[in-house]
Amino acid sequence: MININVNGTPHQIEADPNMPLLWVIRDIIGLTGTKFGCGVAQCGACVVHLNDQAVRSCVTKVSRAEGQKIVTIEGLSKNNDHPAQLAWNQEQVPQCGYCHSGQIMSAAVLLRENNNPSDADIDAAMAGNICRCGTYQRIRKAIRTAAELQRKESASK
Amino acid sequence: MSVSNISRRNFLRAAGLTGTALLVGLYFPSGAEEAKVAAADSAVASDIEMNAWIHIDTNGKVTIFSHRAEMGQGAYQSVPQIVAEELEVNLNDVNIRFAQGDRQKYGNQVTGGSSTIRGSYKNLLKLGASAREMLIAAAATKWNVPVTECYAEAGHVIHRPTGNKFHYGELVEAASKLEAPKDVVLKKRSDYKQIGKPLHRQDTPLKTNGKAIFGLDFKLPGMLYAVVERNPRLRGTLKSFDASAALKVPGVKKVFKIQTGVFQTFRDGIAVVADSTWAAIQGRKALTIEWDDSGFEHVNTPDIYKKQHELINNEEGLSARKQGDPDAILNTATQKLDLVYETPYQSHSAMEPLNCVAFYQPDKLEIWGPIQAPEWVQDYICAQFKLPKEKVIVNMTFLGGGFGRKAFMDYPHEACLISKETGTPVQVVWTREDDMTQGPYRAGISYRCQGAISNGQLSALKFRMAGQNTAHWQGGPKDRANRSTTEGFLAPYYKSIKDISFADVPFETPIPNIWWRSVYASTNGFAYESFLNEMAHLAGKDPLDFRRGYLNEEREQKLIDKMEQVSGWKLKNKGDGFGVAITECFGTTVGQIVKVSKKNGEKVKIDKVWAVVDCGWYVNPDIVHAQVEGAIVMALGAATTHEITFKDGLVEQRNFYNYLMPRINDMPLVEVHIMENDANAGGVGEPGLPPFAPALTEAIFDLTGKRIRKLPFDMATV
Repeated sequence: MININVNGTPHQIEADPNMPLLWVIRDIIGLTGTKFGCGVAQCGACVVHLNDQAVRSCVTKVSRAEGQKIVTIEGLSKNNDHPAQLAWNQEQVPQCGYCHSGQIMSAAVLLRENNNPSDADIDAAMAGNICRCGTYQRIRKAIRTAAELQRKESASK
Repeated sequence: MSVSNISRRNFLRAAGLTGTALLVGLYFPSGAEEAKVAAADSAVASDIEMNAWIHIDTNGKVTIFSHRAEMGQGAYQSVPQIVAEELEVNLNDVNIRFAQGDRQKYGNQVTGGSSTIRGSYKNLLKLGASAREMLIAAAATKWNVPVTECYAEAGHVIHRPTGNKFHYGELVEAASKLEAPKDVVLKKRSDYKQIGKPLHRQDTPLKTNGKAIFGLDFKLPGMLYAVVERNPRLRGTLKSFDASAALKVPGVKKVFKIQTGVFQTFRDGIAVVADSTWAAIQGRKALTIEWDDSGFEHVNTPDIYKKQHELINNEEGLSARKQGDPDAILNTATQKLDLVYETPYQSHSAMEPLNCVAFYQPDKLEIWGPIQAPEWVQDYICAQFKLPKEKVIVNMTFLGGGFGRKAFMDYPHEACLISKETGTPVQVVWTREDDMTQGPYRAGISYRCQGAISNGQLSALKFRMAGQNTAHWQGGPKDRANRSTTEGFLAPYYKSIKDISFADVPFETPIPNIWWRSVYASTNGFAYESFLNEMAHLAGKDPLDFRRGYLNEEREQKLIDKMEQVSGWKLKNKGDGFGVAITECFGTTVGQIVKVSKKNGEKVKIDKVWAVVDCGWYVNPDIVHAQVEGAIVMALGAATTHEITFKDGLVEQRNFYNYLMPRINDMPLVEVHIMENDANAGGVGEPGLPPFAPALTEAIFDLTGKRIRKLPFDMATV
């Protein structure tokens, strides 16, 4: 039995400790927002937060997450209203949409650590996430929009 | 229960809808391209196979079906956006559903050739308007007033003199008893409230919180997961396999041989079925398999191109199109060029690897998956399993990209074969390596281009290509030229240049091929447009002005003016490289201008791309912009970062570590402009791709003097 906490909910998992977190989240827990893209940490479709850090769940063994806090796209916000989610909607970023769970989870970490990222900061933080539909220009714009939303939010607090 | 009620209930059940409702749809009289509109009651009475495209219940809740796959290109949004406009409902109040695969009901559902809007918008406008007129007629009867005193707005019918109104739900019972009007007056473009507006896509929220269900996300109770070890070469057979170690992997349930259809042939594979995807993958690693592919050609990439060059240099090939006598002119001309261009094989590599769920039951076979061509899947599965159409149900999920690959039957076929064997619902999952190494691929093609300048004018063009013909894989005739030899080339050139010929020199390999975003225009465009740029320089002309001289039609002249204006073509600085290309693809013309620069000690950088799109009538400008932005990125990858190569018949690229995708740091600034006119709608999903590579290589030539005639090339080395 492996104990993990996903989006605030504790789970007792019966699985091979070598099973990647990706497949535990998708096939055992049944949360399908986290995507399988490459299986070898090349594309970023599977990014989740493990103790607030972006990790590629396709190469993260579930044993490494034992007793720790995992957040998936489903747990990023209650109402699809994390600044990145709001900005992704405002800028109409997704096309097929498949990679964007991972894109948003990567962007969320960048936004937490940098409240005014430059295009170079964005490129550096997001270069691990592939989008085959080619939405990169809108991802850059959405991250700038999200940073602005975030700054306004913290100013009003 | 009457027949009518049973049919009606079947419509509703299939759609997950119940109760009294107005159902309006289209049907296609046999052989007709243009659909007719019918309401469900009269369709059933006349024994017409009708789709249920619009459903309005007694609460006024409107459901609109999208008959086409949503793979990023926006059909989920744009099909309902058209219907909602004429129906006079706000798209935000509409419930959107995917239709099931059924050619008789929905007409052509194959989401390819950028055809969703251009192929169906006139029918969809008529459909929405007919339903609106039926609701208005029902209201007028209830009020006992002339129809001309009533109008529809925002889901209501309003009586103009009194201001009385009914919401649509109050009218569905009466309206459902009416015949669809024979003729309806469509709205003028200037009166549109939704078409032509950048309305936000209804699927965006689902794609930012993980709720959108792609094929890979679809689950059924008791569903097992399967992966398949397939013959790494298409041809050959399975000699032997040993499953004993695989069966010892915890979670693995069953291991067996399958034969998956690939065009007219079958590929042998070993299916490993388990209770999780991971367990199935582990079981597969434990298999011992011996393949026998002796007697089949094992191709190598250098040999492919060597052979193609031999063919285009020595043979005339099959004529695809010819006017005048370009050979006679080329023989005597003194100013001429004779050049070869080369384009690579490419993989679609959608972010969602291929996958499909099937449940084979005694009374029906149901399929759920990321499927571009549901009706083809239905036809194919019916034929393979000898089942009647009503027993094979094909459901489309969201597609995590398609680009042509998901208009194929192999992965649904696998899911059905495996489910039949296990007796359970099964999801077959292709790993990234499966997706990249199994094909089918876009064919790599070599082109020989010859042209002459006489008295400063382009006087002859002769094009020959050697590359695989996708039609051959689908059983097409081999004694005819590839129908797509001229794809991408602009029609006005045929008027202004009297002597032109296109030929296809037949070339085959055992590598399976299929269409890839923008199909042959994606490779033709590079050769033909690069060559026109080189001919412009031979004639001593500016490449944009050169085109202006031969594209003597109003739409093309306006497009060129716009390209020149938005890009500042005439104002370029000394250190800038500017390049141009214009191609036609699926009824839409796109011109692009690429600007590059190079700082001391750095590599050449793409500063900006301007794209001007003439797609005629369009639905959603923001989706048009997005599609062109994305097509440029896909073209950038195919031109500069990735290619599929073969060694001993095996694909050398396995995953994104050796099939490199453009990443955010490779993204140039892209600016898209749409030409406004009332011409018929053209395609949008693909036409933005072909002009990019030739415009880029021309820009690099303009900056560095270096001419690139072979794709892909490395930006770091130019």
